[in-house]
Amino acid sequence: MELILIFVSAALVNNFVLAYFLGICPFIGVSNKLSSAFPMGLATTFVMVLTAIVTWLIYHLVLVPYNVEYLQYVSFILVVASLVQFVEMVIKKVSQPLYRALGIFLPLITTNCAILGLALFIVLKEYSFVEGIFYGVGAGAGFTLAISLMAGIREELELADVPAAFRGAPITLIVAGLLALAFMGFAGMITV
Amino acid sequence: MSKKQVSLFNDYTKGVWDQNPVFKQVLGMCPALAVTVSAMNGIAMALATTFVLVFSSFIISLIRKLIPSQVRIASYIVVIATFVTIVDLVMRAQFPELSKELGPYIPLIVVNCLILGRQEAFSSKNNPFRSVLDALGMGTGFLIALASLGAIRELFGSRSILGVQLLPDAFEPWLIMILPAGAFLTLGLMMGGLNAMILRRKRREEADILSKHIPKTYVAASEGQEV
Repeated sequence: MELILIFVSAALVNNFVLAYFLGICPFIGVSNKLSSAFPMGLATTFVMVLTAIVTWLIYHLVLVPYNVEYLQYVSFILVVASLVQFVEMVIKKVSQPLYRALGIFLPLITTNCAILGLALFIVLKEYSFVEGIFYGVGAGAGFTLAISLMAGIREELELADVPAAFRGAPITLIVAGLLALAFMGFAGMITV
Repeated sequence: MSKKQVSLFNDYTKGVWDQNPVFKQVLGMCPALAVTVSAMNGIAMALATTFVLVFSSFIISLIRKLIPSQVRIASYIVVIATFVTIVDLVMRAQFPELSKELGPYIPLIVVNCLILGRQEAFSSKNNPFRSVLDALGMGTGFLIALASLGAIRELFGSRSILGVQLLPDAFEPWLIMILPAGAFLTLGLMMGGLNAMILRRKRREEADILSKHIPKTYVAASEGQEV
């Protein structure tokens, strides 16, 4: 039950994009089309879960025993960067179609603050290993949901008559604001 | 000013307005939106980011010829992460309250695309002096953006700016301004407003140029009058 709560909390109530402002760059940059937003969301989720696993292990098995917690930013970001590189190589070897679908998005994920944010939040909230994994899956699902919703709306926006000054980033931000308002409706659902 | 001075001056000023990181390049959005519930938080965040940006630009510009291009991103990130760790530890020791309020967004400076973007676009190609100027300019632009965004949200969200109450008690604070949705809406409206101003000025300049350079008779003819 606890685990399901963590998942729902990360995916809906405390949505990474719309409540914590993590991963705004891809949220605004790659949300033009649903066909690229959804794979981007999946790729990010995949890296998030791996990051949750690896950074938890590093923090609890290396940094804490040796009392070098202050190295967490340097070590976490290196882990994320190398994980992304590694995932890219594996996908390229294993599945060419998947690589063609995700390939261009993978390097972008390194600088997605949602990934490093996830690793930091897991440390901050003192989650156990399994809780951390559920948190990662939930955060990824929330990111995928938000970016896909946004892409759907922006496809419709293409046809709308937006004032010239608001085209591009401004209207996207305003739409995101309305989405964030809508997501506030989930706030009463559970309290974590 | 000589030509060289002009270009050095431009290294600094371009970040302040022409290429303002938040309003024009749409970079560094996560901290810009997340911490600006008050003007003070915005200023603190911008100063921390500027510190990291200036020092990493300096270091990376110094070692730019030693870094092999395949591993450059990883090397930039390590340099940036080092300075972020310094900022985080100093803030925790000197300003514990501010540090608690900014929370995980201080360590997240590591992945601020603004910083990595400047290293890739400027410091890796220019000498340390120019890189520091560029970093200072971008930092100033970031400061202006975060301080103004924070001030607007604080004014309507809690009636004050920098803790000084400006609106009367009769003014009911707009709760939405200090919630996430308010951040998106405020920044969107600010960007749109700025764009509208720029568009209008551009249109007026074009009209000026037209009226100066095109003979009167031609204008009259194009307006369908008899000449």
